[in-house]
Amino acid sequence: MKKTPPVVGAGVTRPSDDKLVQMYREMVLCRALDERVWMLNRQGKAAIVASAQGHEAAQIGSVQALQVGKDHFYIYYRDLAVLISLGLTPTEIMLGFTAKAGEPLAGARQFPTHGASKTLNLVNLSNVVGTQIPQAVGSALASKMRGEDAVTIVYFGDGASSVGDCHEAMNFAAIHKLPVIFLCENNGYAISVPLSKQMAVDGIVSRADGYGIPGVVVDGTDIMAVYEATSEAATRARDGRGPTIVETMVERYLPHTSDDDDSLYREQEDLEEARKRDPVRILQEQLIGAGLLPGDTDSVIRNEAKRVINEATDYVDAAPYPEATDFLDHVYS
Amino acid sequence: MTVQTVIEAVRDGMQEEMRRDQSVFIMGEDIGARGGVFLATDGFVGEFGEDRVIDTPLAESSIAGIALGAAMNGMRPIAEIEFADFIWPTVNQIVGEAARARYGTLGQMCVPMVLRAPQGGGVRGGLYHSQSVEAIFAHTPGLKVVTPSTPYDAKGLLKSAIRDDDPVVFLEYKRTYRLVRGEVPDEEYTVPLGVADVKLPGDDITVITYGLMVHHCIEAARIIGNEGVSVEVIDLRTIRPLDNDVILASVEKTGKVLIVHEDTKLLGVGGEVSAIIAEHAFDYLDAPIVRLAGPEIPAMPFSPTLEAAFLIDTEKVSAAIRNLARY
Ligand SMILES: Cc1ncc(C[n+]2csc(CCOP(=O)(O)OP(=O)(O)O)c2C)c(N)n1
Ligand SMILES: [Mg+2]
Repeated sequence: MKKTPPVVGAGVTRPSDDKLVQMYREMVLCRALDERVWMLNRQGKAAIVASAQGHEAAQIGSVQALQVGKDHFYIYYRDLAVLISLGLTPTEIMLGFTAKAGEPLAGARQFPTHGASKTLNLVNLSNVVGTQIPQAVGSALASKMRGEDAVTIVYFGDGASSVGDCHEAMNFAAIHKLPVIFLCENNGYAISVPLSKQMAVDGIVSRADGYGIPGVVVDGTDIMAVYEATSEAATRARDGRGPTIVETMVERYLPHTSDDDDSLYREQEDLEEARKRDPVRILQEQLIGAGLLPGDTDSVIRNEAKRVINEATDYVDAAPYPEATDFLDHVYS
Repeated sequence: MTVQTVIEAVRDGMQEEMRRDQSVFIMGEDIGARGGVFLATDGFVGEFGEDRVIDTPLAESSIAGIALGAAMNGMRPIAEIEFADFIWPTVNQIVGEAARARYGTLGQMCVPMVLRAPQGGGVRGGLYHSQSVEAIFAHTPGLKVVTPSTPYDAKGLLKSAIRDDDPVVFLEYKRTYRLVRGEVPDEEYTVPLGVADVKLPGDDITVITYGLMVHHCIEAARIIGNEGVSVEVIDLRTIRPLDNDVILASVEKTGKVLIVHEDTKLLGVGGEVSAIIAEHAFDYLDAPIVRLAGPEIPAMPFSPTLEAAFLIDTEKVSAAIRNLARY
């Protein structure tokens, strides 16, 4: 899957064994959450769901390569696993999917996973594809102006890479050597439009040359590869050497959202091929191979995830919708 | 007191705020060595350096989007759009994003940014260098929209806009930049956003206006004053939020209202001001509300005769006031 050689080859530590198991735990938890919210949608309890299934390694591997609480995360609607890896609880996230009171990112004013968390430096402002990219560059500019060594990472899809803002943002970041990581989750589709109709090349990384910045393509189902590429990009950014494009090649297992019918445009074979690249299973096999899931560790992890998701489901089922008493607030300071 | 032009006042306002607060910086096209196409940032790069006076690539959407991101991360950016006619690529980031950032995060994010642009005609700018854009932005809750007319107001309002924690679209009438002079205090001051100003007190007719038109309205009011009709001229100064109190107090006093703006009429600021008066001061009206505004063509034409036909001037205002006085 690597198409161009990684930018920086040396000096990056592999995640520790503990961290690998932690990432696996997050991945399993996220998958269970993802399956549950899809079910809630089919039960009429969640108005809209965008699934991260197939993207989990790209999302968790990149978060874990950064410093939560210090670095800035500009994400988009498919980044459920980023939220899990940042430490949001399934209950908090599910309050978003069910649009219930107490939802922490936007008070359920927004689509699930949208809004912000000041403490986590997390911004997911908009449904308008691509708008987060220049905003992230602005965040990196602010960090640089204040002399902080915080990095901003911005997540976006292959479709988003066609938006003009993506070009404008990358160009500016390159000129000013800003501490930003452009993490593309290339799943080959923008709703129904395949990559071949999104661009004439097979990914965005070749643009890096045009901006004079490094770029790397990684197998986005391989959490080690993502972790390594993101770590190297973060090191570059913190050293004042500017932005990096990290293109993660991932799979989208489910339709674009719960409102989509992918049988209209996607071949069954294509989906079956995609399912062979399941990041959860790949990491599971790697960990078992390395002896990191001894005994019944795996089933304990899975049972724990199920328990947490069941509890969260019960909680949000019982939770009220927000009262429309303060919905006029927070327009101005 | 020092007599200054509008552009000098704008420059001083930014310069004072940049000296006062390290988080204020400015980004836009040609604002560095060139000092801005209108010299609004003349000398800035020398004083503040290239890190705080950023010559951007020619890419308006990202000028706004990057400023927005910097604002959400604790800075107070001033984003300059070279001419308001080129502001449309920013609408996505300003109307769609900046305006919703606070609301959409339950107050967690705030956007202390200013989007500045020179606007308006009378400079032979033709279809693409003469436009007025206030109505488009003023329709959006979450934004503030400011349209100063004098050096005093331009400086004081701009300083308030920079200190404000919400996104402010600050539209300067480029025709006033060098044409309009006025006294500006030597000491520190600000002018609050959202407060209209009675530029000329009067008793018989209220003229409500803003921007370049303020000057034509004052001139017309003086002429008509000599004809025995006392005209009050209100400068809105801020288009959003509108100052209902000053508008309504004047209408209750005079009972006759003329609204004047350079921007085109339909669905413009005058329509909103009319509606506020109709809703809250209908019983005080002695005549139908009159709006004098730009014609329904998409932009200002180039040739001097055509441009003059588009623009409202002292004569047109005077005629409208006389008509209203006779009602
Ligand atoms: C500016 C804009 N255009 C269109 C849409 C509708 N839309 C939402 S998501 C999407 C596809 C985005 O695909 P991609 O960026 O590849 O992300 P993915 O969903 O594949 O992760 C489209 C067309 C939108 N939300 N915003
Ligand atoms: Mg895609």
